[in-house]
Amino acid sequence: MILYLLCFTLLLVGLYGILTKRDLIKIILSASIMGYATNLLLILFAYRNGSIFPILRKGVETMPMVDPLPQALVLTSIVIELGTTALLVALALKLFQKYKTYDITKIRKLSG
Amino acid sequence: MILPLFIIIPLLSAFLIAIVSGKKDNFANGLSIISALLLLFGAIYNFITQNQEVIVYKIGNWDAPIGINLVQDSLTIFMLIIVGLISLTSLIYSRQYIRYISTNWKYYSLFMFLITGMNGVIITGDLFNLFVFMEIALLSTYALVAYGGKAEEFEASFKYAIMGIVSSTFILVGIAITYSATSTLTLAKIAEQIPHINTKIVYLVGGIFLMGFGLKAAIIPFHTWLPDAHSSAPAPISAMLSGVMIKVLGIYAIIRIFYNIFGAPEFFLNIFMILGVISILIAGFLAITQWDMKRLLAYSSISQIGYILLGLGIGSTLGILGAVFHIFNHAIFKSLLFYNAGSVEMTTGTRDLKKMGNLKKLMPVTSKTSMIASLAISGIPPFNGFFSKLIIIIAAIQSGHPILAALAVIGSIQTLAALLKVQRFGFHSENKTEVTENKTSFGMKFAMITLAFLCFAGAILIIPGIREVTLDPIVEVIKNNGEYMNMVLGR
Repeated sequence: MILYLLCFTLLLVGLYGILTKRDLIKIILSASIMGYATNLLLILFAYRNGSIFPILRKGVETMPMVDPLPQALVLTSIVIELGTTALLVALALKLFQKYKTYDITKIRKLSG
Repeated sequence: MILPLFIIIPLLSAFLIAIVSGKKDNFANGLSIISALLLLFGAIYNFITQNQEVIVYKIGNWDAPIGINLVQDSLTIFMLIIVGLISLTSLIYSRQYIRYISTNWKYYSLFMFLITGMNGVIITGDLFNLFVFMEIALLSTYALVAYGGKAEEFEASFKYAIMGIVSSTFILVGIAITYSATSTLTLAKIAEQIPHINTKIVYLVGGIFLMGFGLKAAIIPFHTWLPDAHSSAPAPISAMLSGVMIKVLGIYAIIRIFYNIFGAPEFFLNIFMILGVISILIAGFLAITQWDMKRLLAYSSISQIGYILLGLGIGSTLGILGAVFHIFNHAIFKSLLFYNAGSVEMTTGTRDLKKMGNLKKLMPVTSKTSMIASLAISGIPPFNGFFSKLIIIIAAIQSGHPILAALAVIGSIQTLAALLKVQRFGFHSENKTEVTENKTSFGMKFAMITLAFLCFAGAILIIPGIREVTLDPIVEVIKNNGEYMNMVLGR
């Protein structure tokens, strides 16, 4: 149970960072932390105590295995996060070129 | 048309555009219009031949819990037709409009990825697959919102991307919890398992999904990104975002998850009703206070999403009928209004209503079609918007919520006020603008006139006799939530 709570705390750390930080790069890092927390949660759900990796081999008797599906999901989710993070960094660079700052309180042309 | 083609055609054309086009965008535009046409006709063909059956396409011939299913029922075809229609007109409109920003094939390639993502979300029968397609659609919209390359556009895109990531993360957490509770990701199998698991988990997952998909649908209080993103994007993209995207990623996913899987729990229906009414009133009020034309329209989108949610939340047959009909109507007239805003912006170079003048003489087509769209969105008979709003309001009264019905009527008046402001200051004011040349081309006019015609013609969907074959099967799919599971699993 404690592991799940720690994982949830990590998610909240990321959310806190997104909500309170003023620096564009720190916001991107917080978004990544949220992503890591989710991936960790998926892996935790797949974990079975005292089980082995999920590969069937000849001549080895079957034992309890961890659930392989969430691991596949995590791989996909990591790739998606990579793409999103790359796009965000590109946007942050463009914003820096336009505004000469990474501070979101100074990037305020849109309002209302 | 077999189901995977709805994903393959746009995906293939996205890559073909990237490989074959040179510096010019002629080929890119032609190819994307052809594939949008194919998608629209494919969807219409499927609508004609379906006989109200559920068709399940098993990828690689693996059965439900192992392989990924593609599912086609009445709701799927309905959404596919909307996506096809709006993307086709949007691409025809883009031909000239986007050259005013740049002549680059990248726009069309990203546009095709957007269609791929949305079609994928619509036809998939697997929860994680839905998430992946959603991310494809979102990633391309982040780029498309920033396409104009101005400072505000990057700002809006960044804001949108961060909000999108937060909501996607929560959706993924919801998927993880669902998987751990039910040990499956196929939507129909989850629906089968739901009655056997602890109701507390259903409420937890429902709350997380409501937040995640609510952010995508821009329901108040999750709406803050929408006015920035939708008003900063190029006009055809605004039309896609406001007309289709918030409905496919938001409302459609909510329908599938809360109605077809969770079996429409009373608790969530009440939340939908309350959030719907709050969205109608607050966004309607905020729309009146705006002076930026596209921003006003974006706020009005939130308010119209509120109507759809209210109709869904009422949960009676009539309420869902109104909501489904309003999804179709809103896609048409909101896209039309964004096209109007785009052509006004192209001609006068501004979106500020105060700086616009007597455009009625200069741009007769834009002015007339925007008048039609304004009347339709504010619910004036005989346009389509009147019928859907009327049905939702009657449903609210019938199900014993007269206060909600009264608030919905107030919201309709707010919409009328906001759109009259556009008409009064944008097209019919005494101000003289210095612009003398109307830059609207044939393609743009064609797109606008087509949608304006559909504002009239859309109303016939509700006539008894036509309704039985068009809208009623969709209501049936949403209302009989156990049916989806049985049909997909082949019982």
